[in-house]
Amino acid sequence: MIIKVTKNSDIPSSEITSESVYINRRKFLGASAGIGAATFLGAGKAQAATQDDEPNTWEEITSYNNFYEFGTGKDDPSKYAPSRLVTDPWTVKVDGLCNNPADYHLEDFIKPSTIEDRTYRLRCVEAWSMVVPWRGFPLMDVINRADPTAAAKYVAFETLWDPVQMPERSWRPRIDWPYREGLRLDEARNPLSLLVTGLYGKDLPAQNGAPLRLAVPWKYGFKSIKSIVRITFTEDQPPTTWATQTPREYGFYSNVNPDVDHPRWSQKTEKRIDSSRLFGSRRIDTQFLNGYADEVAHLYEGMDLRKNF
Amino acid sequence: MEAKPANPKRRILLAKAAIWLIGLAPPVWLTTALFRRTLGINPVETIILVEGRWTLVFLLATLAVTPIRRLTGWNRIVQLRRLLGLFAFFHACVHFLSYVGIDHLFALSIIVEDVLERRYITAGFTALVLLVPLAVTSTKGWIRRLGKRWQRLHRLSYVAASLGVLHFYWKVKADTFWPLVAAVTLAGLFAVRLAYRRTPRGRFSGRTG
Repeated sequence: MIIKVTKNSDIPSSEITSESVYINRRKFLGASAGIGAATFLGAGKAQAATQDDEPNTWEEITSYNNFYEFGTGKDDPSKYAPSRLVTDPWTVKVDGLCNNPADYHLEDFIKPSTIEDRTYRLRCVEAWSMVVPWRGFPLMDVINRADPTAAAKYVAFETLWDPVQMPERSWRPRIDWPYREGLRLDEARNPLSLLVTGLYGKDLPAQNGAPLRLAVPWKYGFKSIKSIVRITFTEDQPPTTWATQTPREYGFYSNVNPDVDHPRWSQKTEKRIDSSRLFGSRRIDTQFLNGYADEVAHLYEGMDLRKNF
Repeated sequence: MEAKPANPKRRILLAKAAIWLIGLAPPVWLTTALFRRTLGINPVETIILVEGRWTLVFLLATLAVTPIRRLTGWNRIVQLRRLLGLFAFFHACVHFLSYVGIDHLFALSIIVEDVLERRYITAGFTALVLLVPLAVTSTKGWIRRLGKRWQRLHRLSYVAASLGVLHFYWKVKADTFWPLVAAVTLAGLFAVRLAYRRTPRGRFSGRTG
């Protein structure tokens, strides 16, 4: 399928930065209705935030997680990660094809950047979704500082792997740890790509990938790698965990796309988690590129997204 | 085992009561927890998972009846089989209806597509379809009417259970531990049956299974 390319709307940082209005959810909702596109939900400014895009609650976001290093149950990460994951001190290694490789203490890694609050949709490949008020800074900042060489085409990410902190629960899924993810360099440079350090204006909880994770809202959730310890610039497409584990089902790109089904289930609709409902969710239609087509569709111009799933 | 049970009928009665309790507990607990909002963030997923697991537990328990009888000589245990099998069917229905009704809100096009195109759903759905004639013909009248053919028909329960385990195995993303436990259990039960098939018949009184 050749996707229709819409004009890339470059969004100045003043527009994507919203006030910290997260004192409580109700207040946030009231405020976000006013500032509209500032929360970065819609595809550009045309689409008003709808009822479908109310942020999920702290409780929902922090107790329903996929973080297989702490177990495959959705409640395993919140049960085990907070008491086991040591996030301080934390070192991030930046290496590979760049002019300024370095090992950073987390503090020094974050310090040069301006922290922003951004509310993004999160669409899991398992067909559930949430709306999450992240706090973080553009991945672009880190790329500019590292100064990749002309040969660099991709960015690879690695999650912490420590069998002491991630004990016996992690042998059962036979995954070749550490968890790895990657982006094409132009995807990584897109203003939407966010390195996340917080949630609802607070520090990021362990189960959500503390102290540093990625948020690439137009891709399925597993691309938004958690607890990052290494960022590497490469020439070749880096191996990524799920695409290596089950290549038939998970590709490198993993863009949210209602027209490309997962081999085992449909991706046309999704369950938006909503614990105010009796059954905890409501079915909504899945949007192409998770509703961020205006910002990122140009990255895939001329590509067959069925092949490059 | 007691040397001489005072009343063997009583033992069966107690076992039946226990099966009823265990069989009805999951949906009662799920419904209560649903309304008390203690089923977690994605209750639909929990309901489907829990009911799927109980379907397999009851299917395997049903298939364990004959091997247990062979191994222990406790012939009266056959009297529990119908109840176990019907509870397997009951949980399979709750599992399926939760998926159709509360997960997909009866969106038939999605369900038909799932059944036709997703192999794990094809397997699970086929297993459920196979259980229907078994549940229908579980009455005394049907057992009498079908005679020898009843036994042959009810061997389908092995096919249904195998498809159920396959459905479970294909569904999980990476952690195949429990699907493999179910598969090994099923294979073990089948092996016991085959082993006793080779020994001379008529060693046991009572109805054959």
